[in-house]
Amino acid sequence: MTTRLRVLDDGAWISVNDSREVRVSELWRLDAPDLCECALADLVVENFQSVGVDGSTVEARVYGQCIACGATGTTGWVPIGRVRGGEFAGLDRSAVRRVRR
Amino acid sequence: MPTDVENWKSEVYGNDIRDRLFEFAEEGYDSIPDDERDAWFERFKWWGLYHQRNGQEGYFMMRIGTPNGVLEPGQLRTVGEIADEYARGPGVNPIFGDAYADFTTRQSIQLHWIELSDVPAIFEKLEANGLSTQQACGDSWRNIVGNPVAGKDGQEVIDAWPVIRELNETFKGNDDHANLPRKWKVSVTGSADGSGQGDINDLAFEPAYKAVEGGGDGGDSDGDGDESGDVVGFNVRVGGGLSRNEPRLARDIDVWVPPERVPDVAGGLSALFRDYGDREDRYNARVKFLVDEWGADEVRETLQAEYVDFELETAGRDVREEYTYNTGEGERNDLIGVHDQKDGRNFVGLNVLVGRMGASDVLDLADLAEEYGSGEVRLSQRQNVIVTDVPDAALDDFLDEPLLDHYSPDPSPFMRGSVACTGTEFCSLSIVETKNRQVRFARWLKANVDLPDDVDEFHIHLSGCTASCAQPQIADVSLRGMKTRKDGDPVEALDVGLGGGLGENPQFARWVTQRVPADEVPGAIANLVESFAGERDEGESFRAFVARHDDDELDAFVDPEETDYEDPMMHNTKRTWYPYAENDSMEDAPPTPADD
Ligand code: HEM
Ligand code: SF4
Ligand SMILES: [Zn+2]
Repeated sequence: MTTRLRVLDDGAWISVNDSREVRVSELWRLDAPDLCECALADLVVENFQSVGVDGSTVEARVYGQCIACGATGTTGWVPIGRVRGGEFAGLDRSAVRRVRR
Repeated sequence: MPTDVENWKSEVYGNDIRDRLFEFAEEGYDSIPDDERDAWFERFKWWGLYHQRNGQEGYFMMRIGTPNGVLEPGQLRTVGEIADEYARGPGVNPIFGDAYADFTTRQSIQLHWIELSDVPAIFEKLEANGLSTQQACGDSWRNIVGNPVAGKDGQEVIDAWPVIRELNETFKGNDDHANLPRKWKVSVTGSADGSGQGDINDLAFEPAYKAVEGGGDGGDSDGDGDESGDVVGFNVRVGGGLSRNEPRLARDIDVWVPPERVPDVAGGLSALFRDYGDREDRYNARVKFLVDEWGADEVRETLQAEYVDFELETAGRDVREEYTYNTGEGERNDLIGVHDQKDGRNFVGLNVLVGRMGASDVLDLADLAEEYGSGEVRLSQRQNVIVTDVPDAALDDFLDEPLLDHYSPDPSPFMRGSVACTGTEFCSLSIVETKNRQVRFARWLKANVDLPDDVDEFHIHLSGCTASCAQPQIADVSLRGMKTRKDGDPVEALDVGLGGGLGENPQFARWVTQRVPADEVPGAIANLVESFAGERDEGESFRAFVARHDDDELDAFVDPEETDYEDPMMHNTKRTWYPYAENDSMEDAPPTPADD
């Protein structure tokens, strides 16, 4: 079964199978040494740049700002949830996310 | 690889969308196949319908494009009636009620909570009254903007209204220009005040004089021109826009056109954008990025070589040194108040706080426009309305009307200067709540802050994200949605920029203070104004004051502080289905209207 993954409305959403699942304006805890020097970035998600899948893990690259240090930029691939049997389950908002290397 | 949007557009786009839209409306929202929703919602934008954010499934924002902001007699009433009948949804706004129209920064009108099943009836009513939503959103010619009082303005160099009408007729519904890589925003201004805001549009025509042989193709046939005998036409600029932290001013491509050739040049540039714009990456698609890459010279050369069949003139003598609109200096910074028309009557600009007006007020205003003027009303790019054609003899009675207590021709500077975008109430991209917040800000500032006596305008623009729909970068104080932590908890916050403005030498705001918790912003502005009042040179404008200080000094002036201002929207308003609902959680979201 293929999963339709899309960035919609100029980066406002990740749509999974034509359902709007992940939105901008959340704060994510992010282990992203390429983005800033904070041990954990506190990232305001402003814009989704692209979405993809690695195994069953749905990942996105996001533009945002770390509110702990002020750095802005686009992240590498960050997990946002999983698809199983065509169903999407988003990652918990408080989860610490690690950028795939 | 072409983007999803490009694939969808290549399948069905433009006028062809309409038939399917009407079928879906007929058969109900649920008749849109699940696996085609993303595609259809993207396409519906071309017909002015934008699906609202999540929690509001099945409801649409509808944008009506009113070229140059002109509402002919009767049209405002049509808008008011449609808002009253159809723009009501499950969410009720605590300040504005449950049916209202938004006047926008591009002289359009937005209605919310529109149901798909009502679209055919609304279109029928709009079109019967000469109004349309065609291309109000989506990747093509958007609503054409300009000086809203074109044809009437005493300060006019050339009447741009016939030119705008012709462009509108030529390029709305024109299959050759229906599918562009991205939105295409055009401004045509004929007045010397700069109120068309050409600098921040993809394509701008600005008034300019040119000495052309034999009057140049009959360009002076109506005797226009100045004492030198030069002909009046337009200089052309390309590639302005504010979005995505990449604001650009439109670049001068060294072209002057007589009015009758504007459609050729505008069509040539739109075709150039269609053919050369980036369709692989929507974030790089706006023409501003093409101009970055090519430079103005190459744009001109390509236009000349491939898209027009006559010799382009070089730029003429512009009147930019006379620009006043949104400059933060001098006269006519906006179009509020009573102004002379060419024909001896008056136009009266009324302040609409954050551009939103309840449907019953819209209808009352339509009555007043008929009673005291010609029935015509126009919209400015500062989200305000202008009643035109008011004779001197009717002026006093008009100004005494009770409706004008709310929509004042002489408002407090903080009311007058407020512009706000849609924000988390309806917009998917937003980071913070905007319109109601800006109303609260303006009221608090009016009650608590005194500007120096000689300063009667102070522009504060609030945008919920970097798309910059409220044009924050050209305000005295620019506010942009962000997040921060306060006592460890995430709260809505605003970045603060200062000293932006248009004019002969436009300047974008400098972002001097980041992530101020929203409840500390009024205190920050109060402290800023106090520093300005105390330290300015005699008669100095705020913009000039900002220009002679460095970012650190300005950051110190901003000085965020809690005050008795209270902000009820500090939590993540995007996690609600509607920020102002009593039971606001996503679980309480209303069913899609089709399931009713
Ligand atoms: C649901 C509400 C809205 C959404 C989703 C939306 C979306 C956007 C987006 C994505 C951009 C960035 C454009 C780009 O990257 O090329 C933008 C810019 C802009 N929009 Fe909106 N917008 C909304 C409401 C409005 C309103 C109410 C107005 C007034 C007509 C408006 C006027 C503008 C302006 C002036 C800009 C910035 C200037 C520019 O770059 O062209 N938008 N909007
Ligand atoms: S500036 Fe951002 S939040 Fe405001 S209406 Fe535009 S896209 Fe939405
Ligand atoms: Zn950081």
